[in-house]
Amino acid sequence: MDRSFCRMIGLTKAFGETRVLCGLSLDLPRGQVTALMGANGAGKSTLVKILSGVHARDAGRIEIAGRDFAPATPADAIRGGVVTVHQSIDDGVIPDLDVASNLMIDRLAEPGYGFLLRRADLLAEAGQIAARMGLEIDLRRPVAQVGVADRQLIAIARAMSHDPALLILDEPTSSLSALEAERLFALIDKLKARGVAVLYISHRMSDIRRIADRIVSMRDGEIAGVFEGAALDYEGAVTAMLGHGLTDADRTRAQPGRAVVEMTGLRLRPGARPFDLTLRESEVVAVTGLLGSGKTALAQALFGLHPPAGGTIRLDGAPHAPRSPAAAIRAGVFLSAKDRASNAVVPGFDIARNISVPFLSAVSTLSVVSRGQERAQAQELIAALDIVCGSDRDGILSLSGGNQQKVMLARWLSQDCRLLVLDEPFQGVDIRSRRDIGAKVRRTAAGRATLVCVAELDEAFEIADRIVVMHDHAVTAEFANRDVDVGAVLSAVTGHPTEGQAA
Amino acid sequence: MTTKADEPAPMAPGGQGGRRALDLAVRYGFLVLLVGLVLVFSVFAEGFAGPRSAVFIFQSVAITGILALGVTFTLVVGGFDLSIGSVATSSMMLAAYMMVVLEQGAGVTILACLVMGALIGVVNGILIVRFKVPDLLATLGMMFLLVGLQRIPTEGRSISVGMTLPSGETAGGAFSPSFLAMGRHRFDLVLDNLVPAPVIFLIVIGVLVWCFLELTRHGRLMYAVGSNARAAALTGTNVDGYKVLAYAISGVLASVGGLLLAARLGRGDIASGTNLLLDAVAAALIGFAVLGAAKPNAFGTAMGALFVGILLQGLTMMNAPYYTQDFIKGAVLVAALVFTFALSARRARGGG
Repeated sequence: MDRSFCRMIGLTKAFGETRVLCGLSLDLPRGQVTALMGANGAGKSTLVKILSGVHARDAGRIEIAGRDFAPATPADAIRGGVVTVHQSIDDGVIPDLDVASNLMIDRLAEPGYGFLLRRADLLAEAGQIAARMGLEIDLRRPVAQVGVADRQLIAIARAMSHDPALLILDEPTSSLSALEAERLFALIDKLKARGVAVLYISHRMSDIRRIADRIVSMRDGEIAGVFEGAALDYEGAVTAMLGHGLTDADRTRAQPGRAVVEMTGLRLRPGARPFDLTLRESEVVAVTGLLGSGKTALAQALFGLHPPAGGTIRLDGAPHAPRSPAAAIRAGVFLSAKDRASNAVVPGFDIARNISVPFLSAVSTLSVVSRGQERAQAQELIAALDIVCGSDRDGILSLSGGNQQKVMLARWLSQDCRLLVLDEPFQGVDIRSRRDIGAKVRRTAAGRATLVCVAELDEAFEIADRIVVMHDHAVTAEFANRDVDVGAVLSAVTGHPTEGQAA
Repeated sequence: MTTKADEPAPMAPGGQGGRRALDLAVRYGFLVLLVGLVLVFSVFAEGFAGPRSAVFIFQSVAITGILALGVTFTLVVGGFDLSIGSVATSSMMLAAYMMVVLEQGAGVTILACLVMGALIGVVNGILIVRFKVPDLLATLGMMFLLVGLQRIPTEGRSISVGMTLPSGETAGGAFSPSFLAMGRHRFDLVLDNLVPAPVIFLIVIGVLVWCFLELTRHGRLMYAVGSNARAAALTGTNVDGYKVLAYAISGVLASVGGLLLAARLGRGDIASGTNLLLDAVAAALIGFAVLGAAKPNAFGTAMGALFVGILLQGLTMMNAPYYTQDFIKGAVLVAALVFTFALSARRARGGG
């Protein structure tokens, strides 16, 4: 029997004069997870959109279970057995409805459902979906009240309720902690056993190592390599995707200078263990830990968003207790927030305007903004950070995720600071931009302290001089980033610290 | 990362040329329409093309234009102010009450009205940022409150010189001539007595608002607040402060409109000013379509007000009945909104 469930042959798609897919052919076998890798602009999302009925292909064929598949709408694709969970969580859930209604929303939208809501049936069916998924949330709670990770799981559970034959997951773990991701992986394993074909798009090597049966690398609208077999060639996949091997991250270490930030007996919330942490000049410190371990709370305490429950923070010897972000910025503490789209990007502004927002005074005289100065500054930073764009007047949303993130970094590098906090700077960033950003942060680190909050260990290893692990809102372990015992870091992350690993 | 910005999205039909045409249409379409309208009326409506008629148009849009500039501020910070019409009529009633009943001078009267406008704006702002009342509801509530409040002192009657007060006495005050001049004086320009004072107010305020929004740091930050308030807050912007400021400015500009109305009418007319809110809002929203801005902006607002003024004046001169006016305004507004949101959205998707 032919195990290929979905077969794409010679897919072509162009937008205007830009050819995004150039005769792509790919098979997706039943019961296997195919990981799809590709830098931004490689055509991954176009491929997904064609499969999920958002775009129509220009040429080529798609066969599903031997039959021609040409979905005109997303609903068409779902009826054909192809279900997609998009990356943006908020596309997948309706915050004002409760969990049960969210799980059942597609059923409700079917014409045959009838006019009246059958609440008891609805709850029962939603309960079944949740149970199959291993989802433990009160079904009556509004989705607005559940956490980001649970929302993501709800969106995925909702997709599962369609009994997909091909499930497409677009960066499903980007807002999940390791434990929650493991729940998702367990579920994917189950689906695999049922013979579902899974197309898994991710930048996270750890996900791909855990879940992929085969890796497909895309570059410039074509398949650059298919890696299968018992021992997957991860290096080869990355090389194929980028067109060249990754140069190792910059490993030269500057000598840490004097202490910039000293936290003593800091308690991030009532009941949390007090901890001490010192951040030094020219040193990049990565804070890692599970979702909810207090990484963001630490960043918020430093940036004046959320005062700590106890303890003191000193900045260059003076007490640092900012009451607002404005006060923190005045004191020289900058924060590049996580969740770029909701916390950082000003969608109505072009690149230059996005960069200048926090420091408009620097480019204005008597409150009148000098557009010339503003644009000159932007052009300088665009060049320094290798931001791929037409000009500094491009709308921010026209950039790829990696380049948007570079603009956000440029925003906070446009002025000198004492402490730069980067909260999840690699969220939704392709590997090449991630390397660029990491290198830029390290290159500019002299003269300030740098704190980077990352959930991914790989990212911490890549960027940091020193890795600090948080658990339950307290620092539980520290490691110098030199020949680190990954196992020891992992056990600290999961809450079993081997004490005395201090740098 | 797979945002929709990853690749260029589908083009408008006709490829490159079509895209450029669409681009031009979105940018200049509305201004072309404006010029076209003027040409059509100049040919078909007798007496339309001439300074007197132009001035009449300016005068008819002066007060709504000033109010619309206020609404523009609240739209810029991502809000909306439904109370402007009632702030303007309250300001008109207060001005009349101050002068006719309390026998005050023009200076004190103007100051009192401006302070009232600012206060109402600040209260609106506080309702929205501190008590988290949605903007539409907060300002709607304020509108009802003011419509009622302005009738209480005179027990629901209009205020005119020599009126009988609820106590049975006769009001002793009068409008000061300098106050009335704000609404009625005409400056000489080319022809004698050509430009009415409210038009000067509109132009001066319009230029000031444009400079503030486009050129200053504060205007820029207001746009940032409207575009992504969380991001703005995380760059150290005082989001609540700018929102309150926007509502305060809106209140002050509405009270200026009310003062000019009082000066033009020479009485506190309980029945006038009913159209102010809708006309002003329409002008500000039509302004989205001007130059393809797709966002609130001072120049667009002024053009929007002018557009409605020209259209109505032209139709009146072509003997269209008065009762068709609201219908025409509504139709223009809907067309402008489609123009803004549908076409601009398509343009943005086309590689924007």
